[in-house]
Amino acid sequence: MNRLIKSLLVGFAGLAMTATVALAEGYPERPIGVAVSYGAGGATDFQARIVTMVAGNEDVLGQPMYIVNKPGAGGRVGWNWFATEAEADGYTLSAYNIPHFIAQSIKGGVQYSKDSFEPIANWGADPAVVVVGKDSQFNTIQELVDYAKANPGKATLSGAGLFVGHHIAALQLEKATEAKFAYIPTKGGGAAAMKAVIAGDVVGGINNLSDAFRAREAGNVKILAVADIERSAEFLPDVPTLMESGYDVDNASVNFRGLMVKKGTPQEVIDKLSAKVPEMFANARVVKRMKAGGSPMKIMSRAEVQAMWEKRQETLTELLAGL
Amino acid sequence: MEFLGYFGGVFEPVSFMLLLGGTIGGLILGATPGLSPTMAVALLIPFTFHLQPAQGLILLGAAYTSTVAGGAVSAILLKIPGAPANIATSLDGNAMAKKGEGARALHLSFLASGVGGVIGVLLLIFLTPVLAQWALAFSYSHLFWMAILGVTVIGSLDSKSFVKGLLSGCIGLWLSMIGFDDNLGAQRFIFADALAGGIHIIPALIGLFAIPQVMEMFAKGRANAAIEAIEVPKQSLLASIHELGQSMRSLSIGTIFGSIIGIIPGVGGQIAGLVAYDQARKFSPKKEKFGTGHPEGIIAAESANNAMVGPSLVPLLTLSIPGSPTAAVLLGGLIIHGIFPGSDLFDNHPQVAWTFINSMLIGQILMVIFGIYTAAWAARIARAPVPIMAAAVMVLALFGSYSVQQSMGDVYIMLSLGIGMFFLEKFGFSAAPLVLGLILGPIAESNFTTGSLIAQAQDGPIVYFMTGLLNMFLIFLVVASVAYSFWSNMVHGKSSKPMEARS
Repeated sequence: MNRLIKSLLVGFAGLAMTATVALAEGYPERPIGVAVSYGAGGATDFQARIVTMVAGNEDVLGQPMYIVNKPGAGGRVGWNWFATEAEADGYTLSAYNIPHFIAQSIKGGVQYSKDSFEPIANWGADPAVVVVGKDSQFNTIQELVDYAKANPGKATLSGAGLFVGHHIAALQLEKATEAKFAYIPTKGGGAAAMKAVIAGDVVGGINNLSDAFRAREAGNVKILAVADIERSAEFLPDVPTLMESGYDVDNASVNFRGLMVKKGTPQEVIDKLSAKVPEMFANARVVKRMKAGGSPMKIMSRAEVQAMWEKRQETLTELLAGL
Repeated sequence: MEFLGYFGGVFEPVSFMLLLGGTIGGLILGATPGLSPTMAVALLIPFTFHLQPAQGLILLGAAYTSTVAGGAVSAILLKIPGAPANIATSLDGNAMAKKGEGARALHLSFLASGVGGVIGVLLLIFLTPVLAQWALAFSYSHLFWMAILGVTVIGSLDSKSFVKGLLSGCIGLWLSMIGFDDNLGAQRFIFADALAGGIHIIPALIGLFAIPQVMEMFAKGRANAAIEAIEVPKQSLLASIHELGQSMRSLSIGTIFGSIIGIIPGVGGQIAGLVAYDQARKFSPKKEKFGTGHPEGIIAAESANNAMVGPSLVPLLTLSIPGSPTAAVLLGGLIIHGIFPGSDLFDNHPQVAWTFINSMLIGQILMVIFGIYTAAWAARIARAPVPIMAAAVMVLALFGSYSVQQSMGDVYIMLSLGIGMFFLEKFGFSAAPLVLGLILGPIAESNFTTGSLIAQAQDGPIVYFMTGLLNMFLIFLVVASVAYSFWSNMVHGKSSKPMEARS
């Protein structure tokens, strides 16, 4: 019996080796999974489902992509799983969220860092915005900052959690204005943080541009400022950036979303993906759906994303050093 | 009455086919362990890309309604609750199925679901503007007290002993602490990677309910198989309707609690069934029959969890805030078509909004018809010989817990909890209070920590948590509930002792 098992194992090992060699040539030969570190219904999940919907077309990859949700602990569970357990064979991809995973790896307690993954391409950039309820006494970002200066620690700002884009934006805002805000991380993501603003549980909030845009369309909030280097011409041309308002806050908190593979994936597979995936994101049907959903797109190539990751690593290390 | 004008949209050929397909598909998906309503709706979203917005929503609405009801099938026949909403159903439903009355249990469950569901959707239609304000009124302090109110029913839930019920609840509360704390980032009791994300509720449910049962079956051995087989008496639909009519108390308690709890964002459907079940038991003259296959238990639980479906969409449709994970997925289904919930939805796309709501109304009725039609066949499952049954439940348990997030870690968690529960049951503890603790722990905790942070910026925790009309009212309910439990334990404690000895 034992000998049987042994010979079977040897056989399997041989098979596995030939499989690895043959892999790069015909890739992809079967459907590709995309792990999303957030639950079904969240912005990342929703956008990942849209941008991967044409993967099966013959002129794209010829094989469909399917989404696997691995939510928990602000994304740490999914990325831990991806860094430690996923196969580096190109059949398991993961969506990334910047600055989330880089900030988490700087704070420690996780099994991944920037160097555990290889970016493929970026599909979206969702800047953080400062929102207040529709009946709030504040109409400009200056008024809110003045209030926070006059009442240190009383200006509560809700956001989706710790070390996510919203938190980074709040930290940058505090640093730039020298006012003391009270950042309130909520459980339940951006939606719960937005509810706190609409219901008046908090003075204001930091939220995703796309969600804030919808909430403003529904007549529930006022948007005071965008934490990016330029205004959102497409969705919020009338809202100033924090920079314009005189506060030195750059785009370090912008939530970049894209696809990555695990380090150690064959170079041929990475090359094929980084050539085809940006085309897939630029597909007319994808762009149309993303625009309808109010999700700002920003397609970036592998090289551009690598540069962006490097830069974030530096800025965030510096910003989080004092915490 | 605006909604009446849009009923035509539901009965267009394509729309009606989608409604039928969504309902039947939803029943099957709901009955599959591990596929919660949230997952089922998420799986259907890609299909709506190719449909008109209104048609897409008909499919999603019908699937949402019927998956919630479909979860009762596996809860009753296999004692695997499909989703947290069906925990309470399994308590009496499975006991009834084991007596050979599976068809009766399924009939009652679908009829009660239908009644609760229709009333819930009618509330959504007529009271949406009022209810939207009500949903916003619940802040962190109120949700914290709501969760504590839930904790107070733990002791009396499905346990012969008050103390053992409380102890099970405490184990559940402790299990709920495992993992990363989302508010403050602390790591707690993470000894294995699989635990980093905490214990997912679906594998926990499967493990706690299904595994002890399987082990029990194995322990009995094959020899007893013949003795277990029971004749299934035919159950006429009229008799079931008559029985439902006689249980108006449970039906109204279930519907009222389900609708109220359904509106509150973040608490939602998970606890509606359990709270309604417990209240129905407290108000019933036949308290001791609950848990032994009593029809009122099924009726209260199922009417509550379907009554919650309509109101749970109020915050989504009016304020664009998803109140539950399923609502969040539905939000995705809407915005993918460029429709933003909120005033935009009702002002600019009334045909979409009302067709969707109407389809849930019709969907409830179709769900009852199909559910009842198949009940007689489905009930035969409970008659399967013990060895086959044990193997089938085991396979479904493994498949279900793996498929939630394609993780073997969840399977190990499911098995460990199941084996632990088997021994706990030997000592008279039961799974329902433990699961309630597991569900309520994170709600109480995160609302307390977030509330405390806000309180620090305001007038301090005592003012924040203890003052205000709604806070005081909820605190009063908590005190009353604890006092009632003590009182009834003192009064009935002595008289129920002989009962305990017998069982």
